[in-house]
Amino acid sequence: MLDLIQIGIFLALLAIGYFAGSIVERRHYASIRQRERAYADVLAFMVRFPPDRVTPQRAFLVHGTVVVSSDYFKTFVASLRNLFGGRFRSYETLMERARREALLRLKADARRRGAKLVVCVRFETTTISSGWAPSMEVFAYGTALIPEGEAGAQSSGRSRLLGDGYARYAQPGP
Amino acid sequence: MNKKESPMLVSNLELVPGKRVTAHFGIVQGSTVRAKHVGKDIFAGLKNIVGGELKGYTELMQEAREESIQRMIAEAESMGANAILNVRFATTSIAAGAAEILAYGSAVRLEDI
Repeated sequence: MLDLIQIGIFLALLAIGYFAGSIVERRHYASIRQRERAYADVLAFMVRFPPDRVTPQRAFLVHGTVVVSSDYFKTFVASLRNLFGGRFRSYETLMERARREALLRLKADARRRGAKLVVCVRFETTTISSGWAPSMEVFAYGTALIPEGEAGAQSSGRSRLLGDGYARYAQPGP
Repeated sequence: MNKKESPMLVSNLELVPGKRVTAHFGIVQGSTVRAKHVGKDIFAGLKNIVGGELKGYTELMQEAREESIQRMIAEAESMGANAILNVRFATTSIAAGAAEILAYGSAVRLEDI
């Protein structure tokens, strides 16, 4: 009898994890795509040395962080997958969501402080061991630059800001 | 000049265009170890079933980062630096729900070219 209850709880958790987890994931992806369009004008680069034509008046650190958790179903599938090895698709989407979310929050931080260009972007990932399911923190940081002459948030001179070499990276807004 | 925020320039660039380094003060660092109260941990444990973002922990890490940056800035200020370049972060989870966040960089004096 006790065994049956335990199996019942396990199956219930698995079902909750599967259905709630996939709803959470779908909503998160929709929200990420929507915000990625909204923040298309904030540019983030990995370059260590910003282009020569940008002589910033201000440079400051911006960052974004997110802690994501796997769900019960993903954790269970991953533990099975561990027997055979190979790609953990369930975790791949989890990490991808976290990375994109962290980058979006970095861009949000930059825009809030009036910048439209972030250089030297770096990612850092940490495992936070809480409970039985893995949760990961993804942290993105970089240096926001506001070029001379563009004092605040109303900067619009994208081509002046970016220089010719960088203009082609600029995506058209929504 | 637009300098409403902290006068300390904090950046993870090695060189800031339009400025030059006139003095090096060495490494400065700030760190903090944080944990959330048990309630948040239990909530996170439940959240583990359905997955998604653990907002309590995101908040925790965010606050801890701000704090470690502030401590790093305080150290640089005491040295007489006006900028911290090449800032890096390191995170270690010490125990369940507790993490050490370290921020470090080079304290320098920057001047306009």
